Amino acid sequence: MTPTLQIFLVVSATLFCIGLLAALSRRHAIFILIGIEMMLAAANLNFIAFWRFSPQSQQPIGVMIAIFSIAIAAAEAAVGLAMVIAVYRHFRTTNVDQLDQLKG
Amino acid sequence: MSDFVDQIFVEAKQRLLSPLAHSPNWVVQIASSLVNILALLAAFLTLFALISVLERKILGRMQNRYGPNRVGPFGLFQPVADGIKMLIKEDVVPARADKIVHFLAPILIAATAILALGVIPYGRNMTPFTIDGGILFFFAVGSTTELAVFMAGWGSNNKFSMLGAMRAIAQMFSYEIPLIITVLPVVMIVGSLTPDAIVAAQSGYWLGMMPHWFVTTPWGAVGFILFFISGLVESNRTPFDVPEGESEIVAGHMTEYSGFKYATFFMAEYIGMFAISGLGITLFLGGWQTPLRALEFIPSYVWFFTKLSILLFVYIWIRGTLPRTRIDQIMNFAWKFMLPMAFTCILAAAVWQYAGRGLAAWLWSLGVIAAVYIGLSILLDTRRKFAPRTYRFAE
Amino acid sequence: MSTAAFVVIAILTLAAAVAAATLQKLMHAALSFAVAFVGVAAFFFLLGAEFVGLVLVFVYIGAVAVLIVFTILLTRRDLGKDRSFNWSGVVVAIAVFGGLVWAIFKTQMLSVAAPQIQPLTVKRIGAVLMTDYVWPLQCVGLLLTAALIGALILVMEEKNSKS
Repeated sequence: MTPTLQIFLVVSATLFCIGLLAALSRRHAIFILIGIEMMLAAANLNFIAFWRFSPQSQQPIGVMIAIFSIAIAAAEAAVGLAMVIAVYRHFRTTNVDQLDQLKG
Repeated sequence: MSDFVDQIFVEAKQRLLSPLAHSPNWVVQIASSLVNILALLAAFLTLFALISVLERKILGRMQNRYGPNRVGPFGLFQPVADGIKMLIKEDVVPARADKIVHFLAPILIAATAILALGVIPYGRNMTPFTIDGGILFFFAVGSTTELAVFMAGWGSNNKFSMLGAMRAIAQMFSYEIPLIITVLPVVMIVGSLTPDAIVAAQSGYWLGMMPHWFVTTPWGAVGFILFFISGLVESNRTPFDVPEGESEIVAGHMTEYSGFKYATFFMAEYIGMFAISGLGITLFLGGWQTPLRALEFIPSYVWFFTKLSILLFVYIWIRGTLPRTRIDQIMNFAWKFMLPMAFTCILAAAVWQYAGRGLAAWLWSLGVIAAVYIGLSILLDTRRKFAPRTYRFAE
Repeated sequence: MSTAAFVVIAILTLAAAVAAATLQKLMHAALSFAVAFVGVAAFFFLLGAEFVGLVLVFVYIGAVAVLIVFTILLTRRDLGKDRSFNWSGVVVAIAVFGGLVWAIFKTQMLSVAAPQIQPLTVKRIGAVLMTDYVWPLQCVGLLLTAALIGALILVMEEKNSKS
């Protein structure tokens, strides 16, 4: 039994949900970023799987989207981590529950 | 006859695998890969042992003393003695260190260094693993080394180790950028990321005498020098061995490692040196190609290992000659000088290619590089005047 | 495409991802994050997109993972453990997973086997990048420059700040 497209999609859905779990249930800002990066990786896996299993995979569209997505994710990780450091310098905490200055 | 000697290892491998000729495809593939891996490990671990003693002897001769000369003829069995010593030492792990991370760090460093050796062509038809993006594989694996160095520094639960690891990582990723940008002109001219294609593009001779190696072009010569310097930094060799300078930071990220794990770090550093030199030979010095048409009877792998030996001798020579640079000098050098020169190499390569690859093109690209170099020298001049030297003698 | 390789890589990736999401010690979680990405890169190799797999290893493990561990180092005041865990996140994640899996198995056209394709060479990716996708390439370059400058400004210390 060779893996079908559905199996790949289920694996990437699992990875996405694990990333969602990390992003929703952790309180440390860096963990939330890790969760977001995992969700992006799961989406990339989806794109590549669809590209591979499509009838006309001569156009590498899925591959191109994945490459650009990786570049953008790296930029987002850099800026996100810079923000975490800046917030830590000001508030001395990385617990996102305690960043509630704007709460009404 | 010379063809037979040239392909002797390929033929030997075919003979070895011939009993498996009727097995399913995956068995043959796995067996072939295993033979490649074992041959690679055997060759490079022997070379590592040899170089570790030759380095000490050459450094000793440069410092006007003998190196180790007690064990074996001319001291050449010293690695055996060193190996036994390392193996029987007690393995000390700090009590509050993170055991898993502390254990995995040397393994990961050694693994990434050996992985990087797999895509370099050592002779005609003698590349262990042909990957389409071979050069990218090399750099991807090399960049994993930084994470392993960090694991070593953090897992030791020691401030010196942590500082040493952070300095090592800062140095390594600062020089990764000139390293990769220097490779870009070669990839651009050849049009492929496969090391075999890059070596094949450097075949042929100019007027029957000068080989078409990229080091004979101005952008190739400057690129090779920049690549070589970046390779020195990536392997943490003197004059850039701030991460492991004994007088400064004990042993940096390797402080808390003893016995066999320290030997693994040592081995990983040397194998990283071999890998980067091998890549430099593939990209700029023509890989396994012969420099003169008259010498083509010498097998290709002999040429590769000769070039490798010459480069390693230059590494050792530089270690014996130059003092250690400061970390801020290293950073300044990378970002202010090497990065602009690396970009200039790309420009010069483009000029060389589009002006027809002849003598005029050679001179034009040399002019581009010289102009940028002179500009940088003027811009980066610190204009520091030194005070006149005074002497004070005891009365 | 072999099933044994697929199963091994899937187990590795998902185990590392679960470890990254639930481990208490920050450093261990960050390092399992790197292992999870090795698994995803192996998936890409299995699917025939080797260039993307190598770029993933290079960018994520060589750069993003190092950034994350540096940030963990620079922002710790405690012993490095994150003790709070919000269980409602688990409920939401399971609900989303259920929805996605239902959608996947309901769609008929997704149970196809892999067609035979020519291997995708780096030359082809380069050619496509420079002809069909040159606008996204330039935009991503601009975005990366903006992100670089933005990140630098965010962490630059002010000249007259007292800390």
